Amino acid sequence: MTRPAETDLERLAALRLAAAAVPDPEIPVLTIEDLGILRDVRFAADGQPEVVLTPTYSGCPATEAIRSDVLARTGKLDPQARVVVELAPAWTTDWITDDGRTKLREYGIAPPRPTRTGPVPLQLGRRPEPVVQCPRCGSSDTELVSQFGSTPCKSLRRCRGCAEPFDEFKPL
Amino acid sequence: MTSPVSEQPGAAPANADVAAYAIRLGDDALILSHRLSEWTAHAPQIEEDLALANIALDLLGQARTLLAYGGAFSGRSEDDLAYLREERQFTNLQLTEIENGDFAVTMIRQLLFSCYQHELYRDLESSTDAQLAAIAAKAVKEVSYHVEHASTWVLRLGDGTELSHDRTQAALDAVWPYSHELFVDDELVRRMADSGVGPLPSVLRPAWLGAVQDVLTEATLVLPDDDWQPSGGRNGLHTEGFGYLLAEMQHLHRSHPGAQW
Repeated sequence: MTRPAETDLERLAALRLAAAAVPDPEIPVLTIEDLGILRDVRFAADGQPEVVLTPTYSGCPATEAIRSDVLARTGKLDPQARVVVELAPAWTTDWITDDGRTKLREYGIAPPRPTRTGPVPLQLGRRPEPVVQCPRCGSSDTELVSQFGSTPCKSLRRCRGCAEPFDEFKPL
Repeated sequence: MTSPVSEQPGAAPANADVAAYAIRLGDDALILSHRLSEWTAHAPQIEEDLALANIALDLLGQARTLLAYGGAFSGRSEDDLAYLREERQFTNLQLTEIENGDFAVTMIRQLLFSCYQHELYRDLESSTDAQLAAIAAKAVKEVSYHVEHASTWVLRLGDGTELSHDRTQAALDAVWPYSHELFVDDELVRRMADSGVGPLPSVLRPAWLGAVQDVLTEATLVLPDDDWQPSGGRNGLHTEGFGYLLAEMQHLHRSHPGAQW
């Protein structure tokens, strides 16, 4: 049985659907579309389809796992499909979708606050504490334990309300 | 460093100068990353183990993109550059290679280097070289967290107990001489500045000094006199400990060429 000829737009849409569903290996409740790292699905200059990804952190090891997962899924539809990684413009946590933020909270990770813009003011101890809600009990009475958590994208906090530790997706 | 994440196909520096410049910056990130990774399982608390490993990972990621880019000009991979060069071929600043010392030495080194890298990357965001600009725009956000981390520790140690203050002042006195090399202008960086690729290092110093001084003052630490100013890292001249660092970093790859996991 031969498949009916697809239009180019249908080919891209099918590839996008396949790529978009790839989960983040470290936070599997999020897809790469939720994370905002699926930049584009398009035809390259040579006519071959390509999926464009952008990394979260420069050294995030998940980038390579995601890349091979995307290739595995899109390869079933189109063996010619490629994955390219583009750095610019740099990824920001502001690109995480609303849906993604809800999933993070339900998973027990506080979603990222809006990012700081402009140069980072160095205020040391005088900086006002940001309000981060505990994803478990909803209390706003939480404190920073460490800016660096179990993965590059998370910081470690503690809730003074329910006394539980939790991760925050840190604004980048 | 196993299978490299390739960037845009065909991304290669326009000329040998840009390639050498990218490799310099990549070497800085690679070597400091390795030094920081030596703390893993040895830091004073488990959160700090995670923090230093995370910062090392950020730097390793930056090193990979910079070395892959710089190497593309001469057909060398990031692995070739990291594992198969000799000591004299590494062009990192000596500040990035000096031994970890105690925790205060590591934090002072981190403060001085992160503030420098922050100024440098902010400037490189508007580089005429699109790939360097993209790498810098990404990395500067990571480095702002490194600055914050080091500042917090220097403040806590410097303005802490008498013992922690004295050890942190001693660390500052020991590390400070190596900071001068960050701001040395040579022929390569002059050509980079002329072509709008990167800033003259000397131009970065006032803003760097301001940022560093703010932290040191609040931490009740005294800025050392500018005396001895070791340099030579950019020309492949390194400190005694560097050979040992390379031996550890390169051992596996040289014993088992092409090893993957």
